[in-house]
Amino acid sequence: MNEGSLLSVQGLKKHFLLDRTTLFGPRERVYAVDGVSFELQRGEILGLVGESGCGKSTLGRTILHLIEPTAGRIFFEGRDITDLKPGDLKALRAQMQIIFQDPYSSLNPRLTVQNIVGDALKTHGLAGGDEVPDRVAAMLDKVGIHREKMRCFPHEFSGGQRQRIGIARALILQPKLIICDEPVSALDVSIQAQVINLLGDLKKEFQLSYILIAHDVSVVNHVSNRIAVMYLGKIIELASNKELLTKPLHPYTQALMSAVPVLDPDKKKKRIILKGDVPSPVNPPPGCRFHPRCFKAMEVCSRVEPLWAEVEPDHFAMCHLYGACQPR
Amino acid sequence: MGRLLTVKDLKIYFHILAGTVRAVDGVDFHVDQGETLGVVGESGCGKSVSAMALLQLIPMPPGELVEGRTEFEGLDLLRLETHRIQQVRGNRISMIFQEPMTSLNPVFTIGNQIGEAIQLHQGLSARQAEEKAVEMLDLVGIPDPRRRVKEYPHQLSGGMRQRVMIGMALSCNPALLIADEPTTALDVTVQAQILELMLDLQKKINMSILMITHNLGVIAEVANRVIVMYCGRIVESANVHSIFHNPLHPYTRQLLASVPHLGADQTRLQEIPGVVPNLYNLPPGCDFHPRCAEAAESCKLQRPELNEMEPGHWVACGRVARGGA
Repeated sequence: MNEGSLLSVQGLKKHFLLDRTTLFGPRERVYAVDGVSFELQRGEILGLVGESGCGKSTLGRTILHLIEPTAGRIFFEGRDITDLKPGDLKALRAQMQIIFQDPYSSLNPRLTVQNIVGDALKTHGLAGGDEVPDRVAAMLDKVGIHREKMRCFPHEFSGGQRQRIGIARALILQPKLIICDEPVSALDVSIQAQVINLLGDLKKEFQLSYILIAHDVSVVNHVSNRIAVMYLGKIIELASNKELLTKPLHPYTQALMSAVPVLDPDKKKKRIILKGDVPSPVNPPPGCRFHPRCFKAMEVCSRVEPLWAEVEPDHFAMCHLYGACQPR
Repeated sequence: MGRLLTVKDLKIYFHILAGTVRAVDGVDFHVDQGETLGVVGESGCGKSVSAMALLQLIPMPPGELVEGRTEFEGLDLLRLETHRIQQVRGNRISMIFQEPMTSLNPVFTIGNQIGEAIQLHQGLSARQAEEKAVEMLDLVGIPDPRRRVKEYPHQLSGGMRQRVMIGMALSCNPALLIADEPTTALDVTVQAQILELMLDLQKKINMSILMITHNLGVIAEVANRVIVMYCGRIVESANVHSIFHNPLHPYTRQLLASVPHLGADQTRLQEIPGVVPNLYNLPPGCDFHPRCAEAAESCKLQRPELNEMEPGHWVACGRVARGGA
């Protein structure tokens, strides 16, 4: 494992068991995350893109132990945190926080902002008594909410403001890692820019590292240093944002990039239109999971799962087209 | 190109406890034959309400049609009696909605739901209607349509359901298709499929499309002309090239600058400060002035009217009108 890395995920799997459909029948599995490995450097923003159901949110939550992994290991600052006892886990949570997608359902409607943001301080014993309101007020200043509004309830705020409150709640423990799970997709276009800029400012100020989960490729590309593309529970390509944009290797990434609408009516892109829909993660196709929709599929793709390979320096892909490369 | 639909001075208010919401407050637009008019704006700007009002889909009360005239094939859609607007809905004008799951009825088969409009408007028998439904599913690119026609909505994926909605909407060869955020609930690769399908079918049957969306990228892909709405009014209207290359209204310009471009440098995005104001408590003067980077004192006084600044390019901005921009 790399010395400087903050987080290292190795072969992480999360399978969900479904209910039996027949009395004595087997329980089927949803292969939500199926063998994912990556490293996150300190101060880095890693974007995680993919379509709905590809497992990107499950991956984020599994890293935080909000869901227990089925297999694989997670290292945080070089320490194996896969099988932590509840007490140790609590201490760890102060270091890793999450910002949720929906600012309407992720804030308790019966708590004031002071409680929403400040309770974590008490839970972790980082502050108590009179100190809490001061710390909350200081944090609210940072995220651009008036401190006088500390005693207001979530319904008194707009969507963008609620997302700021969610960000304040995540930041107040001064974590090292924040997982942003679709932080702007529920917001209006003009508000998205505010929140994206805020996340950027806070990263610099508090020396944070982010994992940014989003389906909007242009948002991820704007913010991230590196981007991992997920498809059906696996990361199929990982590269710097510039590399991924200019030289996508995996056919799925190529199609995904070409499907993003351009903000210019005169530049009609050559579009790769994929056939069909994402298959169910209950029954992922054999071989390469993308082969039934792939426009470059070869005979081997339906039989053998491709290897994860470093095709170019720091540019990884999982595709038989680049099979001649050294497996890592 | 002939004029297909004209809407004049449409005003729709909602009366709620907090006051009167001027959801649509004096909107004029037209749609020509075979063209795609994009309507873009943020939530609550009145884009959906304007479109739904055309088919009398706004419940009244609490809604109220305060003013407005429309002309579509010699009819004023806003004031047709119920049985006459029913002859237009799903026949001459049809609509597809954002959420393909909730807009299909879960207890009827796909074929049944497509066939209903066909039987109603074309007077075909149930068997003929099912035959036509199979044809429509084939047209929108659903594999194995003969089997699918007997299936229920839950057996289809999101993209397939939206295809079914499009098939249903096109089954009576409408002159106008109103698409209200048709791809917002879909993934980007599926969105590309659906947009291509819509444009392809548009050419085949020469229909007009009214495309409502908040996604500027989708507008750039499909629209011929664009209207930009803010707080129930049109702030800018022009052909798609002018909107993207020569936007005149500060809102349009700031909106375009606030969206991350794929491939652009990771510079700071331009923010539009503040939030969309409450529609029952609008600021005096121009609706946008509290958030506008270029607002002058005069913007607080008078609500600007739409002015034609260049041929076909209309802008509602006091500063632009005075040549101050």
